[in-house]
Amino acid sequence: MIQLMNEQEMIDFGKTLGKHLFPQAMITLEGELGVGKTTLTKGIGQGLGITKVINSPTFTIVKVYHGRLTLYHFDAYRLEGQQQELGFEEMFEDEGVCVIEWPKYIEDILPVERLEIHMSKNEDQTRCLELIGKGKQYQNLLEEMGL
Amino acid sequence: MSLILAIESSCDEMSIAVLKDKRELLCNIVASQIDTHRLFGGVVPEIASRMHVECVSTVLQTALNEAHIDLHDVDAIAVTKGPGLVGSLHVGMQAAKTLALAYHKPLIGVHHIAGHIYANELVEDIEYPCLCLVVSGGHTELVYMKHEFSFEVIGETLDDAIGEAYDKAGRVLHLPYPGGPVIDKLARQGKHSYKLPLPMNDDSYNFSFSGLKSAVINLKHNADQRGEEIIAEDLACSFQEVAIEVLVSKTLKAAKDYNVKEILVAGGVSANSGLRQSLQEKSSIKVLFPPMAYCTDNAAMVASAGRIMYENSKFSPLDLSVKPSYDLEEESVGE
Repeated sequence: MIQLMNEQEMIDFGKTLGKHLFPQAMITLEGELGVGKTTLTKGIGQGLGITKVINSPTFTIVKVYHGRLTLYHFDAYRLEGQQQELGFEEMFEDEGVCVIEWPKYIEDILPVERLEIHMSKNEDQTRCLELIGKGKQYQNLLEEMGL
Repeated sequence: MSLILAIESSCDEMSIAVLKDKRELLCNIVASQIDTHRLFGGVVPEIASRMHVECVSTVLQTALNEAHIDLHDVDAIAVTKGPGLVGSLHVGMQAAKTLALAYHKPLIGVHHIAGHIYANELVEDIEYPCLCLVVSGGHTELVYMKHEFSFEVIGETLDDAIGEAYDKAGRVLHLPYPGGPVIDKLARQGKHSYKLPLPMNDDSYNFSFSGLKSAVINLKHNADQRGEEIIAEDLACSFQEVAIEVLVSKTLKAAKDYNVKEILVAGGVSANSGLRQSLQEKSSIKVLFPPMAYCTDNAAMVASAGRIMYENSKFSPLDLSVKPSYDLEEESVGE
């Protein structure tokens, strides 16, 4: 369990994570509205060398950014309760990195092997992150990061 | 002289318009799905694109009938290429390409935000240089326009778009979808009694609304825990005043710094009565708002932007593809 005191610490952590990411990496972010999922993604983007502003993808479901690796930033918030083919698998299989907010709404199309990040907010407004590496390469990733 | 047929389907509206010259609008048909999506508390992308497929032919036929034109008479086919929901955009794009190919017409791929900006030109000529405040469900940007169809994004939201913040605040308060118009209406009946932080109150032209969203969530959460009732009208008023204050003050600062002749407002949130009133009152230069009918997504605005692109021969190849995001600055035409 990692505790982050403020927004800057969240971005710094994301940046470190971004630097360690490999092609086709898949990260899912879980946590309530306002917990900092997009903020963490900003940091991951910085770690991938992306200079454009990363902002909320809620409206268009996915935003694409180009850095050391391409970043596909998804928000499945609006996909609740549907089972149709959305063409996301193409992006999952691309060389880039996928970061997915609200993964529970598209669980059935997500790969089993991935880095799950569970985020929560404490009463004092600090945030907790729990990282679970599913599959060998994600466990290695956490090891490399000293987690 | 030009006759442009335009198609817009970037989100939950399927719209087709025919524009003669600069502002003689022969028709602007909009098939909205808002009642369907209200049942789900927001736009459901897959349902949106499926409904577009079902209605595109009917909307086209209605548009041609109302405009009293034949497709052979049209000079070009304009279509929204993005940003938007990919599934929804595809339906309009496929229709536009089919028409362009079958009738040998040039295809014009229009940036959705350029469309929103040029909705203003359906009413009167824009004077340059100008500054445009783009406010919608997916955008919050300040765009400096040195001359016609030149776009420089000088500020933008670092997290949530303003319309998204309204909708999410609405969801927390259990208000009906879409939250924006409901909060705007409630705000007029309430008073600014809740303390909310002024978001991103600094010297930059950037915006941030996720902190305001979090503050509303915390306020509601704390009240629920104490068993207190939130006065929805007052919270709506507090939220709206804080959000609008930052939009207006940053817009006025940028307008002064860039020494523009006028300010334009574009996008769905330009329909917000609080924003209209505050900006009109506080600005010392002219402020243009699009007419209410052209604030939300519509093809008339796409035709208006498409008309300028037509005059500049900015055509697209038939292998043009839709994208969830396109860079507005790259749409600019030369000096």
